[in-house]
Amino acid sequence: MNRSRIIGVATVIVVIVCMMAPTVVLGQTDGPVASGHIIDGDYGYGMPPNASKDGHNVDNLIHILHWFMLALFVAWGIFFVYCLMRFRARAGHRATYDPVKAKVSKYAEIGVAAFEAFLLIGLSMPIWAATKNEPPAKELATHVRVVAEQFQWNFHYPGTDGTFGRTAAAFVDTVDNPLGLDRSDPAAEDDVFATELHLPVNKPVICDLTSKDVIHSFFLPVMRVKQDVIPGMRIPVWFTPVKEGRYEVACAQLCGNNHYSMRAEMVIEDDASFATWLEEVGKVEEFDEDELD
Amino acid sequence: MSAEVLPYTVKPHPVTGLYNGKFGIWLFLASEVMLFGALFSTYIFLRIGAPETGPTAWPTGEQTHLSWKLGGLNTLILILSSVTMVMAWVQFKMDNLAKGRMYLIATAVLAIAFVAIKLKFEYMHKFHLGIKPSTSVFFAIYFTMTGLHALHIIGGVVVIAYFIGPGAKLWHENREYYTNRIECTGLYWHFVDLVWIFLFPILYLL
Amino acid sequence: MSGDHHHEPSFIRKYVFSVDHKVIGIQYGVTALCFLFLGFCLIMMMRWQLAYPGETMPIIGNLFGEAAMPGGVMLPEFYNSLGAMHGTIMIFLGVVPLLVGAFGNYVMPLQIGAPDMAFPKLNMLSYWSYFLGGVVMLASFFVPGGAANSGWTSYPPLSDIATTGQTWWLFGMVCLITSSLLGSVNFIVTIVQLRVEGLTMFRLPFFVWAQLITSFLLLLAFPPLEAAGVLQLMDRLAGTSFFLPEGLVVSGVVQTQISGGGSPILWQHLFWFLAHPEVYVLILPAMGMVAEIISINTRKPLWGYRAMIYSTIFLGFMSFIVWAHHMFMTGMGTKISAFFATTTMIISIPSVVILTAMVISLYQGAIRFTVPMLFALAFLPMFAIGGLTGLPLGLPASDIHLHDTYYVIGHFHYVVAPGTIFAIFAGIYHWFPKITGRTLNKTLGYIHFAFSFIFINIIFMPMFWQGMAGVSRRLYDQTVYAHGDAVQSLTVISSWGAWMLGLAQIPFIINFFISIKAGKKVSDNPWEATTLEWSAPSPPPHGNFATVPVVYRGPYEYSVPGASSDYIPQHITTEA
Repeated sequence: MNRSRIIGVATVIVVIVCMMAPTVVLGQTDGPVASGHIIDGDYGYGMPPNASKDGHNVDNLIHILHWFMLALFVAWGIFFVYCLMRFRARAGHRATYDPVKAKVSKYAEIGVAAFEAFLLIGLSMPIWAATKNEPPAKELATHVRVVAEQFQWNFHYPGTDGTFGRTAAAFVDTVDNPLGLDRSDPAAEDDVFATELHLPVNKPVICDLTSKDVIHSFFLPVMRVKQDVIPGMRIPVWFTPVKEGRYEVACAQLCGNNHYSMRAEMVIEDDASFATWLEEVGKVEEFDEDELD
Repeated sequence: MSAEVLPYTVKPHPVTGLYNGKFGIWLFLASEVMLFGALFSTYIFLRIGAPETGPTAWPTGEQTHLSWKLGGLNTLILILSSVTMVMAWVQFKMDNLAKGRMYLIATAVLAIAFVAIKLKFEYMHKFHLGIKPSTSVFFAIYFTMTGLHALHIIGGVVVIAYFIGPGAKLWHENREYYTNRIECTGLYWHFVDLVWIFLFPILYLL
Repeated sequence: MSGDHHHEPSFIRKYVFSVDHKVIGIQYGVTALCFLFLGFCLIMMMRWQLAYPGETMPIIGNLFGEAAMPGGVMLPEFYNSLGAMHGTIMIFLGVVPLLVGAFGNYVMPLQIGAPDMAFPKLNMLSYWSYFLGGVVMLASFFVPGGAANSGWTSYPPLSDIATTGQTWWLFGMVCLITSSLLGSVNFIVTIVQLRVEGLTMFRLPFFVWAQLITSFLLLLAFPPLEAAGVLQLMDRLAGTSFFLPEGLVVSGVVQTQISGGGSPILWQHLFWFLAHPEVYVLILPAMGMVAEIISINTRKPLWGYRAMIYSTIFLGFMSFIVWAHHMFMTGMGTKISAFFATTTMIISIPSVVILTAMVISLYQGAIRFTVPMLFALAFLPMFAIGGLTGLPLGLPASDIHLHDTYYVIGHFHYVVAPGTIFAIFAGIYHWFPKITGRTLNKTLGYIHFAFSFIFINIIFMPMFWQGMAGVSRRLYDQTVYAHGDAVQSLTVISSWGAWMLGLAQIPFIINFFISIKAGKKVSDNPWEATTLEWSAPSPPPHGNFATVPVVYRGPYEYSVPGASSDYIPQHITTEA
C-alpha cells in the first residue's frame, strides 16, 4: 500500500534519531578526574574548552562547516525523500524517459564549489597561515623543547640563560640523562627538565618538537594544537594560553603498545607560580645530581 | 580452449591496433614505470634531504666505490642485448625459427653476462670492502635498485629461455602467436634496459 | 560454447584452478566475504575493550591464550594487532576483492558481451596470488609477537622496529599488490578489446566505466606502495635506513647499528600516493553498482550519464594529486598545504556531480523498492554523510583539531561501511539471480536491510561527537584522558551497535545459504533489465552467450515513449 511512504519517513526518523540520540539521551558529563588530578574545563559531546588565544578561529571554522554541511544534507535529504515518496512505483504511474531539464542542480553544484572556495581561501588558509607562518618573537615567548619517546613526554626548559644545552644521542643515559644533554656545555648548567608542561598564562609559547624513537603527535586539545613529532626533524609549534588551569597533553599518533597511556599534564599558571615551579624543579634536579656524584 | 573463442588474442583490434597481449604488456610496463618511478623519487627525496657534511652526507665520486667502467660495460652489454632481441623478433617475422632462436640465445647470454659482472665484480667487490646495504642510505638505494633491476633481468632470462626451449612448441602450432609473444618479451626487455640507462648515471656518474 | 569440449574438465580444473571468469568471480566473492566477516569479528572484539576497558571478555575471552588475552583481558599489543589487521583485512582482503575481484570479474565480461576475460590464466593467477596473500596475513597472527601492530598505515620507524608480524604483513601485501596489478591489466584489456559489436564506450553500463577507471587507479597507484614495501622489507631484513634518521634512541638504547640518513616522511608520501587513489578504488565500483541498480529500479535512464563518466575520469586523475592531505600534521608549509587543500576541494566536485546525478535519476522515475534498491538508496545519504564530513578534514585549519581523531574514523567508515558495503549487499541481492538462477528471500532481505541500516548508523554517528571532543583514534583505552572519559558513553553505544550489526547479519547468512539450493527459481531477467548480462542464461554457461550478441542502443533504455514494454534490452534490434 503505502509501504514506500512508510519507508521514506522511517528513513528520515532513523537518521535523525541516530544523529541526535547520543546528545539528547545522555546529556553532558563533566568533572573528569584522571590520574589523581582534577582536569579543568567541561568536557562532553562538544569540542573541549578552549584555553588559547587563537583557538576560537579553528572552532568557528568547524562550526561554520558543520552548519553548511547540515544545510546541504537537509536540503538534499528533503529532495531525496520527496522523490522516494512522490515517484514510487504504483498502478497508473509511469517513469518519464526524457531527462529532467533542471538547471537547479548545476547552480547547486556551482554554489557548493564557490562556498568551498570561500571556506578554503577565506577561512582555512588565513588561519593556517596565522598559526603556522610567523612564530612569535623569541624574547617575548616561553621557549620549551618537547621531546617525545615511547611512552612519555619530556619537557626541557632553557633556564635563566634562555639557551638550551646541547643534546645528542650519544649522551643518552636512561637513568640520569634521558634527553642526552651534554653536561660539559655551559648553556646546559641551568637547564630544567620536567614531565609536566608548566606554562605562564597570556604569554606566547614556542614548543620545539623532537622525538627520540618513533613518530608521535603532540596534541593539546584545549589549545587547538596538534603537530606530528617526527624523529630526525625539529618542528616548532606556537600558541598563547589565556586560561589558567590544569589540562592534558595527548599523543595522537599510534606510537606502540602503550600509546594510549602516553599522556602528560599541562599547567597554565600566572608568572609568579611559573617562576616558583621552575625554580623548585631545577633544585630537585641539582639535588639528584649531587647525590649521584 | 578459451583462447580460441577469445577475440584479438593474435590479430590486432581494429580500433586500438593492438592484440590483447601487446596491450597487456604496455599496461604492465606502465605499472613498472610507477614502481621504478617511486624508487627514483626515493633517490631524489633522500639525496635532497641529505646534509652537506657528516656521516649521512651523500657520497660522490670515489666515495661511492662504484666503477663507471664496469657500469659502462654493462650498459653496452644491455644495449647490445636489446639489439639482438629486436633481431630475434625480425627473424621470427621472416619465418626463420633457427636464426631467431640464435638471436634469442645471444640475448640470454648477454643478459647472463650482465648479471655475472654485477655479482662477481661489483657486489662481491663491495662485500670485500665491508660495504653492505646497511652501510649508508646511498648503498641501501644502490643495492635495492640494482638488485630489483637484476631480478627483472633474471625474470627476462627465464622467459627468453622458455621461448627458446619448451615455448617454441607454439611456433609449430601458431607462428604469429609465437612471434607476438616474442614481441611482448622484447617490449619488456627494452623497458628493463631503459631502467638501467637511468640507473647508470644517477648511481655511477652523478 | 560448451559444445567445443570433448570431455568435461575435472573437478579441480572446473572449480579450483578454473580459468572461467565466473568461477573465479565466485571464488573471489566467497573468499572475500569470509575475510569481510573475519575483519568484522576483529572489530567486534576490539569494541569490547573500547567499551569496557580492562574487563574480562565474556565467553570467548579465554580462547586466546596468555600472549594475547591473559585472564580474558585484551593486551594493548593484541589490541593494536587487531586494529592493524582489521584495516588491512577489510580493505585489501574484503572490500576491494569483492568490488573488483568478485563483481568486476563476474559481471563486467557479461555486461560487455565477452566470452571471458582477455587473459583467463592470468585471472586465475590473480585469484591465487590474492589467496596466498590472505593466507600469509592469517598466518601472521601465529608468529611470535602476533600480527602486524603498527596500524594498517604501517608508519615507520614504529613499523621498522615492530615484531615479526610486520614482515609477514609486508610479504602478504606484496602478494595482494601483485594480484591487483595482474587483475587491473586484465580488466583494462578486456574492457577495451573485448566489447561486442555495437557496444561503443558510451554505450557501456556505468558499472563497466567505474571498473575501467578503478583498474587504472590500481595499475598506477599500487606500484609505489610495492616499492615502499620493498624498502621497508630492506629496513627490516637488511638493516638499511630508508625510513630511519640517525640518532634514534629506542627504549633507552642508542641505535648505533643503523646508518641513519633516511626519512620517516618518505614512507608516508609513498603510502598515501597509493592509499588515496585506493579510497576511490573502494568507492567507484560501488557507485557503479548503485547506478545500475537505481536505473533498473526507477525504470528510467540514468540522469547525466556522460557527466558521470567524465566526473569519474576526472576523479581518477585528481586522486593522484591529493595524497598529502593525509599529512597536514607532518609540519608541511603553508604553500604545500594550500596546494593539497585546493586539489582536495576540487576533487569533491566530481563526487558531488555523481551523487547529484544519481539522486536526480530518481526524479520522475517509478521507483521499485526491491531489496537491492533499498541498499542502493541507503548508499546515497550514507555516502553523502561520508563525503560531507570529509570537508573539515580536507581543510588544513579544521584538520588541526580533527586529524587522527574518531572524526576521521567516522568519516571514512561512512564512505566504506554504510557506503561501499551497502553497495556490495545491493550487488549481492541484485546479481544473485544471475549467478544461481534463484532469488534471495525478500522478507529476510528487508529485515537484513532495516536492522543493518539502523545499527550501522548507531556505530558510526557517535564517532563524530567523539572526534569533536578530541578523542584520538587507535587508543586502547580512551578513559585515560579526561576528554575521552567524558564521552565514554558514546563508545559503549558504538560497541553495542557493532554487536547488534553482527546479529543483523544472521538473516542474510541464513538467506544466502538456503537460497542457493532452495530459493525461488526466476527467469533469466527477473528485474526486467536492459544490460547484456541479463540476456545470458542464469547461470551463464562456459563461454557465456549462446550466440554472440550485437548491441544496438545505450545501456539504460527504460520507459521509452511508444515502446511496448518499459525496457528495451541493448541487444534487441527493434521493438517487437
